[in-house]
Amino acid sequence: MKQKHYYSSLTRNMTLIIILVSFTPLILLAALMGYYFETSYRGKVMEHLHELVEKHQQHINSFLDEKLSYIKVLADSYTYEELTDEAFLQNKLVILQNAYSGVFVDLGVVNSTGVQISYAGNLKLLNADYSNAEWFREAMKRDYYLTDVSLGLRRTPHFIICVKKKHDGTEWLLRATIDFVAFNSLVEEIHIGETGSALIVNGAGELQTATRTELMSNMAGLLSRTSWAANGAAPGTGPVVSSIAEVKTFSSGSNAVSGIVRSQNRNIIFILMPLKSGDWTLAYQQDQDDAFSEINHARVIAMVIFIFGCLAIVLVALLISHRVVGQIEKADLEKEMMNEQVIVAGKLASIGELAAGIAHEITNPVAIMVEEAGWMEDLLDEEDLQKSQNVDEFRRSLKQINLQGVRCKEITHKLLSFARKTDPLHHKIQVNDTISEILGICEERSKFENIRIQTELDEGLPLISASPSELQQVFINLVNNAIDAIGTGGGLLEISSRVEGDSVVVDVSDTGHGISKDVMARMFDPFFTTKPVGKGTGLGLSICYGIIKKLGGNLTVDSTVGLGTTFHVYIPIDAQTP
Amino acid sequence: MGMEILIVDDEVEFAETFAERLELRGFTAHTANSGEEALRIVEECAAKVMVLDLKMPGMDGLEVLRRVKKAHPLVQVIILSGHGSEIDEAYGRSLGAFAWLRKPADFGDILEAVKRAEKLVTSGALQ
Repeated sequence: MKQKHYYSSLTRNMTLIIILVSFTPLILLAALMGYYFETSYRGKVMEHLHELVEKHQQHINSFLDEKLSYIKVLADSYTYEELTDEAFLQNKLVILQNAYSGVFVDLGVVNSTGVQISYAGNLKLLNADYSNAEWFREAMKRDYYLTDVSLGLRRTPHFIICVKKKHDGTEWLLRATIDFVAFNSLVEEIHIGETGSALIVNGAGELQTATRTELMSNMAGLLSRTSWAANGAAPGTGPVVSSIAEVKTFSSGSNAVSGIVRSQNRNIIFILMPLKSGDWTLAYQQDQDDAFSEINHARVIAMVIFIFGCLAIVLVALLISHRVVGQIEKADLEKEMMNEQVIVAGKLASIGELAAGIAHEITNPVAIMVEEAGWMEDLLDEEDLQKSQNVDEFRRSLKQINLQGVRCKEITHKLLSFARKTDPLHHKIQVNDTISEILGICEERSKFENIRIQTELDEGLPLISASPSELQQVFINLVNNAIDAIGTGGGLLEISSRVEGDSVVVDVSDTGHGISKDVMARMFDPFFTTKPVGKGTGLGLSICYGIIKKLGGNLTVDSTVGLGTTFHVYIPIDAQTP
Repeated sequence: MGMEILIVDDEVEFAETFAERLELRGFTAHTANSGEEALRIVEECAAKVMVLDLKMPGMDGLEVLRRVKKAHPLVQVIILSGHGSEIDEAYGRSLGAFAWLRKPADFGDILEAVKRAEKLVTSGALQ
């Protein structure tokens, strides 16, 4: 018997191999596909964002350029005198406001001393003094100028477009106020997903637009360290971003800086692009999780499928290996039983041979003994021993020797007939004779067990065709089982034969312990035995069943637990027998 | 001098006693203790009936039977078998054995077989 340990380790190994072989390609494939898919998808997303921001950059730039060029055209087209005429200026503002509703707030002409000498608009800003305003000083230095967003004198966020002109040797400015709300809407359009938004900051990092989301804390630092080539840095060096510890990925080109920065435990994608020739920066920011929500979603689904797949593989591996090992164990067990059976059969055969040998060896001495006794009897008749007083005693004694010799002869003949080699050839058999033979063999044992044997044989039984040794085996098994069932307590063993339809029926009944239902279900199974280990092979009844079935007959059983059992053997009557 | 009979058995005592008992009944009995000896004696004497043990060391009964029946078809052979099988018996009878008795056979049975054989031989039915 192999150890339980052997089978459990076999199961374990098989399970591990199945799991390993299934998992390795699965994991490799998943990792590889996941990696390439994610990388390319991230690239695409970044590219898409880049494009979007770039489009808006161009849009904003063109908005600013456009508004600037209107003012330029206005300044170029009309004379100082015309523009300082408030009615004329008002007229122009109305035209502009009609064309671009809400963009132009007001128009004004500011002289070289910073005083607004002409004004069209809702506010009373005529003669307002801008001489101390930063924008005025900056504007006087160049031909045109766009200011940062400020509250200015009017206390609402706005920015100003100025165009410088000369009239009679003195410089003057045509200025237009652009409404912040109108400008802001340009940026607000950039709104992607949950968190994606854009904003504009000036060179000092001050917000130029209202934002729905607050600027991430690192962005200000990031922006403050970004300078565009066009804005003072040496040409060709490109934008410069000082490294910040939190920046995870970073790439920069002449027209954009992008990357991912860590802020408040969130990864945030940022894209920076120059506006207004680098004075301002268009900054786009979005949570990485938000930007890549699709791929994260896909990853979760893939993960769930992967986990369930793994579970299924593990389950199947366990199931298969358990089943296979179970089969192996069963096969091993059957093989072992077979081996045992072969050993038992071999043992029986050698016992049979031994018995035959002994029987034969005994035959000769017994023959001589009987012969010698016969010789003495012969001599008793002849000699004058007749006169001896003890002659009768001699005679009786010799008769007894002869009688016992005959008994020995019977015993050896029984042994020899039992040990004779099995003969599978079918012969015409009188079942009653077979039964009598068997009972002759089993008689001694049943006497010892205190069992009474009753026979009720139908004398007119027709012959059947069967192998004598096989039929013998059937009845020996049934009678032995009956004797075993009765046990040492004593009882009655009845054997009867009769004709029923086309069959000869032999009933072997005992008054033994009976057979329980669950045993009855399996009693004809090979290797099934109720006897203690080593006592029974579990083959007796299955062999009987096989032999009877082969003859075209049937073997049935009636049993009541505690009362006894009756086996019915049905053997078809040989058709050729008259 | 009665009818000559040859007893063949490797058990010397059996053959001797058996011979003596036959002689007591008026037969002339010869004994042989092996197959080879039996073949030699059957040539020398005029035995017409042979009682032959089947199992002997060296040449066995069936072989003796075959040779005797070949050389002297008229000799009647009564076989005494220890545990000869049906197949042996069938073979022996096909070789021309006169009777087939199981050992240890009752002396009466053997005597009866011998007398039947004698009758057959002396009746001249075989000539």
